Amino acid sequence: MASITIRDVKKSYAKMQVVHGVDLDIASGEFVVILGPSGCGKSTLLRMIAGLEDISGGEIAIDGTVVNKLEPRERGCAMVFQNYALYPHMSVAQNIGYSLKVAGVPAAERTQRIQAVARTLELEHLLDRKPMALSGGQRQRVAMGRAMIREPKVFLFDEPLSNLDAKLRVQMRSEIRKLHRRLNATSVFVTHDQVEAMTLADRLVVMNGGRVEQVGTPAEIYSRPASRFVATFVGAPAMNILEGTVELDGLSLLGGSRHLTMARAGLPVGTKVAMGIRPEAVRLVAPGTAGALNATVDLVEELGAGRVIYVDLDGASFSVMTSEAVHPEPGSAVGLKISPDDLHFFSSDTGTRLEVFKASVPEPAL
Amino acid sequence: MEKRVTFGSWTIGILFAVPQLLLIFTFFYWPAGQAVYWSLTLQQPWGGGNIWVGLDNFRSILSNADYWNSITASLVFAGISTGLAMFVGLVLAALTDRQLTGSRFYRVVLIWPYGIAAPALAMAFRFILAPEAGFMAVVNQVWPGFWDPGLDGTDAMASIIIAFSWKYVGYNFIFFLAAFQAIPRSLIEAAAMDGSGVIRRFWDIQFPLITPTIFFLLVINITESFQDSFGIVDIMTSGGPANATNLMVYKIYSDGFKGLDYSGAAAQSIILMVLIVVLTIFQFRFIERRVHYR
Repeated sequence: MASITIRDVKKSYAKMQVVHGVDLDIASGEFVVILGPSGCGKSTLLRMIAGLEDISGGEIAIDGTVVNKLEPRERGCAMVFQNYALYPHMSVAQNIGYSLKVAGVPAAERTQRIQAVARTLELEHLLDRKPMALSGGQRQRVAMGRAMIREPKVFLFDEPLSNLDAKLRVQMRSEIRKLHRRLNATSVFVTHDQVEAMTLADRLVVMNGGRVEQVGTPAEIYSRPASRFVATFVGAPAMNILEGTVELDGLSLLGGSRHLTMARAGLPVGTKVAMGIRPEAVRLVAPGTAGALNATVDLVEELGAGRVIYVDLDGASFSVMTSEAVHPEPGSAVGLKISPDDLHFFSSDTGTRLEVFKASVPEPAL
Repeated sequence: MEKRVTFGSWTIGILFAVPQLLLIFTFFYWPAGQAVYWSLTLQQPWGGGNIWVGLDNFRSILSNADYWNSITASLVFAGISTGLAMFVGLVLAALTDRQLTGSRFYRVVLIWPYGIAAPALAMAFRFILAPEAGFMAVVNQVWPGFWDPGLDGTDAMASIIIAFSWKYVGYNFIFFLAAFQAIPRSLIEAAAMDGSGVIRRFWDIQFPLITPTIFFLLVINITESFQDSFGIVDIMTSGGPANATNLMVYKIYSDGFKGLDYSGAAAQSIILMVLIVVLTIFQFRFIERRVHYR
């Protein structure tokens, strides 16, 4: 078990910088998930912690020891790779025990520890098989076993579930969670899948374009996204964003076609803002209801437990997620009811969160 | 799912195969059949009919000490040159695969030797290894008489081994490099995470995974060292001194076309063919078992 301290870490390949100064503190025993779209530098950051990539600038310390110049094997990390990276010519037992063999652990003790790990992961009957003869889920477990047997200070996961089918992914997700609860080892898990991220993380790190956008618990990230990027990236379907301009008595939306009356707190008139509402925070009401927005239904996506209704709001597309048993026909009119507490505001220029309107919001007269 | 083109009538299939079958027949089966026929007859040097002699040609060859000397020389040559060419090719490929500075340069440069015709490179090595003027002249100046492939059989053998290996290093290098690059990088990284250093990773991960390539190159190198050595021997040593480099393939030529013993040469080529077939079968039977196929 160990803490990880990341200070202003940068990475560039030739002329291209892919990680722009990341700061992050990971407490001992914590399960941290780094979430971001592909190419955001999340895997690069993980690989820098592992020692598989050189660090171009800044410092990474594990348990207070700066590891920038240390070889991967000297850092005490174990890693689970996306494609599992099992040694194809070795049996499952040899795969799991390879690190012990390299470390010179006597054969008897090695066998014993392989057995113990195999029991935990329910791999005992597969120990003599080659990786080729295993299913995706079994390979995944062998990869986990290979990481576990070393009793590392830090577990690193590089999108380990993305090659599994949906059902297996859910199952492995909870197994990883259980395993972490039992071993309580510091873990860093990289993924682009927000459901995976939300369910696994003690703390979530959202990255974009080589920068950290927000760090927080999954609930914090969901309820108070720090930027427009985080707001639209986390949550499915994505948060609706309506562009607006600050006016004397509130906000003009959708190029002036809608108006939101509310107290203006400090923002100069004319400032461009983006207003966000989560699809699941919108209530469908009868068209024409007081205080509701009128819109036209474009498309209904049935999800079984609920449905996503895409509506047209003066030319802008807007989605509503509802679990009620309503099935509006495309083309029909609906009313959308929004609670002011569910509104998020972001600066149109920088994308950062604005708290200004939250303090004293009256019922919006949309 | 395997996609297969099927033909309604088998004649169309045969028609497609005919050009290739004709080529193989004309340039392989027919000459091979002729060689078998000649090896069982005595051919007049100036023509005029063959006399059936059964296995007499083989008997006379196999009771000849010169011929056994030639077999020994061929085996020594094949063993050492294959080992040398494969070892050097493997080391160079392993280094290039690690992306050392200049690896792109090596990749191009190391492929060239294979493109050079054997007699041309033999000529070059004849100059390089000449005892009186080349690079070895410097060594001879320090230790007089150390190197003279014209007089010393071992030196002559070393010369043709060096020349042949030089050519096949490039060939082996290409295959080894391709094999190394086919190993997923994540396997190497996983091994690094498991605490394995560069050398250990090579033996535990990379080496076992390129065994199919090693096996393939072993078969090719040994076969080629029996056959492709002709041009090098002809230019560099002409089989001398005192038959020290009279490899089987060269002896076929010199007995047949210089000694005009067509029948004996035909019998020798049959023996060479059988030897290569036996060696290849041996390799497939006993060495292939140790190969890890993915």
